[in-house]
Amino acid sequence: MQAVLDNFAALWSGFLTTLAMSVSAAVIATIVGTLLAAFRVSPIPPLRAFGALYVQLVRNTPLTAVFFLVIFGLPSVDLTFQSFFVAAVVALSVYTSAFVCEVVRSGVNSVSAGQAEAARAIGLTFGQSLREVVLPQAFRTVVPPLGNIWIALVKNTAIAGGGFAVADLAQLAPDLARDNPAQVLGIFAGIALAYMVITVPSGIAVGIIERRTAILR
Amino acid sequence: MSMDGPTDKAADSGQPLVSLDGVNKWFGDLHVLQDISLQIARGEVIVVIGPSGSGKSTLCRCINRLESVQEGEIRLDGVLLPEEGKALARLRSDVGMVFQSFNLFAHKTILQNVTLGPIKVRGKSKAEAEKRGRELLERVGISNQADKVPAQLSGGQQQRAAIARALAMDPKVMLFDEPTSALDPEMINEVLDVMVSLARDGMTMVVVTHEMGFARKAADRVVFMDHGKIVEEATPETFFTAPRSDRAKDFLSKILTH
Repeated sequence: MQAVLDNFAALWSGFLTTLAMSVSAAVIATIVGTLLAAFRVSPIPPLRAFGALYVQLVRNTPLTAVFFLVIFGLPSVDLTFQSFFVAAVVALSVYTSAFVCEVVRSGVNSVSAGQAEAARAIGLTFGQSLREVVLPQAFRTVVPPLGNIWIALVKNTAIAGGGFAVADLAQLAPDLARDNPAQVLGIFAGIALAYMVITVPSGIAVGIIERRTAILR
Repeated sequence: MSMDGPTDKAADSGQPLVSLDGVNKWFGDLHVLQDISLQIARGEVIVVIGPSGSGKSTLCRCINRLESVQEGEIRLDGVLLPEEGKALARLRSDVGMVFQSFNLFAHKTILQNVTLGPIKVRGKSKAEAEKRGRELLERVGISNQADKVPAQLSGGQQQRAAIARALAMDPKVMLFDEPTSALDPEMINEVLDVMVSLARDGMTMVVVTHEMGFARKAADRVVFMDHGKIVEEATPETFFTAPRSDRAKDFLSKILTH
């Protein structure tokens, strides 16, 4: 563990990068995924088809392949990102939003049809009834699986550092191990612990959110 | 009670508030509404009764287009029901609906349930909507429940809240789809009392129900449906004492013997 303490500054910087990637991608993926879910339950067939196609394409592709596509594929159509960090956030958001979409959609399906009918009956438009009545209830139902997705996302950020020049925790691990071959186990344990500093409190926070927002039915 | 005052132009012109003309609807092969024509005047209270599966709920739900119809025309205040989109939402805001299973918004308080439509659809201020909302809750006798969520209320209280929610939109007509069918017997009357008082105040109402007491007390007309058709229309008195059709006689004998 001595190597971990000696390189605390680098570790701290890597930790902040991992945290920033996680939070940015979680926010974007949750918003985009919710929009995709709205597409998938909308009465407009082209939107439904788009949502379904997006989910099928992205969900069934390895995350590493999504990274390759964003970092090396998009520049060939003149779409480049200002840094690997931004590209990584894009790749993670694209990938995670497909999972968010399906979780939110299952939440929407869990809200009884009568709720949406009552919303329409007082004159709310489709968008309003989703926003005001259906989605708020759907989200409350899917807090635990959304928590799973957010935690998986934190760990998925490791691909950015492991494979693509983003200076995060995952990139730090082999670097430190190379420099301190005698302490490999301690270094990897330290790195793993740093991830848990993000994921374990996330899980606890999700549990608190679940209890606070529970609906009496 | 069947007509409003002489200042009401539409009533003067004799135009029905709700008009169904040659309406046909199928669920797959099942012909649930067969050539239904029905005119409902302003201020009129119509009770629709019939055995289960007769299409009475579907008829009710077609009037605010929660169900679409394949043939025929439905007009509200002379205006053909829009197919979809904002125009349909606008039309629905003028048609109050009360469901068998209440369908109060589970994540909102009773007061929020009543103010959501006025704020989001009518563009009223929160303060204005809440003032009117509390008046309506007072009117249906649950003003002390305003800050609770639906699951904390009894069925009868929930249904009265649902009526207040519909009234908050100042609807032209109120649809009641078996409003007391999911209630315990001792709660049925508190809901019916609210409905009778609404009827006395001149609200145009279409009520799908098996509550014969309500029909006798408040209805101007009883519409008896069977197998997707309107079999008989009559005043409550005539319908209950001297039904013309065999089908109605048979139905009444079954529900009135107990």
